Amino acid sequence: MHTFDLSLDRLSKVEGSASLDVRVKDNKVESVQFKITEYKRFFTQAMKGKPILALPQLLARICGTCSNAHLLCSIEACENALDMPHSEQTGILRDLTMHGLMIRDHALHLYIFSMPDLYGKDAFLDFDENDPEEHQILHDAFEIKAAGNFLATLVAGRSVHAVHPTIGGFLRFPEKSGVEEAIKKLEAIRPAVLRLIEIYKKAPFHFDRQTNFMALVPEKYGYLHGIIVDSKGNKILEKDFRDHLERVVLPYSQASAYKHENESYMVGALARMNLAKNRLHPKTRDMLGETLNIFPSTDIFRNNLAQAIEILHSVDDSIDILTNKKFEPEPVIKPVYKDSVGIGVIEAPRGTLYHKVHVGADGMVKEGEIIVPTGQNQINIEEDIHRLVEELVPNMEKEKIAFEIEKLIRAYDPCMSCASHFLKVNWIKS
Amino acid sequence: METENKKIKIGWFTFSCCEDSTIVMTELMNEHWQEWKKIFDFRHVSVLKSKNILDELDIAFVEGAIASQDHINKLKEIRKKSKKIIAIGACACIGMPSAQRNYFNKEQKQEIETLIARFSALSEVLKVSDVVKIDAEVPGCPMDPDKFLNVVSNLVKEFNQ
Repeated sequence: MHTFDLSLDRLSKVEGSASLDVRVKDNKVESVQFKITEYKRFFTQAMKGKPILALPQLLARICGTCSNAHLLCSIEACENALDMPHSEQTGILRDLTMHGLMIRDHALHLYIFSMPDLYGKDAFLDFDENDPEEHQILHDAFEIKAAGNFLATLVAGRSVHAVHPTIGGFLRFPEKSGVEEAIKKLEAIRPAVLRLIEIYKKAPFHFDRQTNFMALVPEKYGYLHGIIVDSKGNKILEKDFRDHLERVVLPYSQASAYKHENESYMVGALARMNLAKNRLHPKTRDMLGETLNIFPSTDIFRNNLAQAIEILHSVDDSIDILTNKKFEPEPVIKPVYKDSVGIGVIEAPRGTLYHKVHVGADGMVKEGEIIVPTGQNQINIEEDIHRLVEELVPNMEKEKIAFEIEKLIRAYDPCMSCASHFLKVNWIKS
Repeated sequence: METENKKIKIGWFTFSCCEDSTIVMTELMNEHWQEWKKIFDFRHVSVLKSKNILDELDIAFVEGAIASQDHINKLKEIRKKSKKIIAIGACACIGMPSAQRNYFNKEQKQEIETLIARFSALSEVLKVSDVVKIDAEVPGCPMDPDKFLNVVSNLVKEFNQ
């Protein structure tokens, strides 16, 4: 019978810092505490008293990798508060901004963070250029990332803290030559994305546990609009989302955790694929065929496959839009201020993101609230680790269990910068 | 083995921030990874690898503001073990926006004080040069990619002399 405590000093290859305390007594897991140790930067305090026009750029600074998701979610909340409809072209440019983000952010996670686990390497740059398979993977990775980065830069100005999207529209518009180059780059990476999907389809890691999934489900697979749906069949309007979440304070974590109907749930690419795979771009669906039958899935490692499929969808949908749409300069719509509250809900790469803003008649922010995907996944992650350790503990040594935990957490692609950054597993002696 | 010894040993460290400059660095890798693989020994880069070693570094890139005594201790250790420290991005160079709580009004400060106490955070968030001497900086939110490449190429020339 095993009695021990585990301490992982730093979870690497994730966004930000977290630590984990696991206590095991006589083969039973006594406690699991997933602690987000990123120091709070108090954005919901800092937003008070700021001019609403400056708010989206401030809140983009919550997170480096999904910065453009915070930017667009905040813009949506502000525009809803000010009753500002946006033009069709603005909507399309925002969809393209999200596609650029999904391609580069998912590729970062799948290649740089997760792929070394699959090939038994410590780092992605340790892949061997002289081995044909590994050579291909290295080149695929950087080409896919570069194409996503190019698309984000073309449409939004930068892939991190983008400068073109603003309340009321866009400040600059893609040039024809850039659009043509983007189409070429996206078409060129399609075979690499298909190879990536094949790798994660065959990946040998699995961990299955029944849980509830939740995502914003649009008419056409995308990330900005729709109704929030869960795997029990509940349907929630964006404006009512907050009423369906219960905030749970974990005193050991810098981040807020959430439950839905008193249970843990999961958001992210796996949730989206489980709930909306039939809405993927027709070309993506045709290409994938039976692979899509894997979903719905409760295997958390299938989150990686879902991310790879989302890259293909974003490539296909972007090529479609860029080929068929001409972009013309449009003026930015000017806001009329009033005392009101606005809600923005979007699907960030890691799941459902919620921004609320209360603005005064003087255009100054009174207060707001932000709920990020990793906060929502926090309790689900703890419950998964509890089950995983209990399954492994009779037959596996402590150090190997620590590695298995890291792999599992990495499959969630958590973002601790968002949630409030490393993983420190502390096995506590009882 | 000889070329391995000649590689420039680098570290990339992140304190309180959104890691935007880390992301910019990983995007710069799209074009520069083959060159960097040849010239750099990535000794301590947690975003890229698990087995990180903090012994002797030629260059430490430090991103983020300093928010706790643990951060101060770690940064001093990095200074002791590194020939050059480069402050990366706005939070490292000027503290902001991670240091925004330093500028909160009295009421806002009261609202966050229990959280500051619970996690033993510093009463004021610091920029990197408040704690250790720095050798160069790359400002910007996120860091300016061209300035970063310029600083890197100057350092590579200096170490290869």
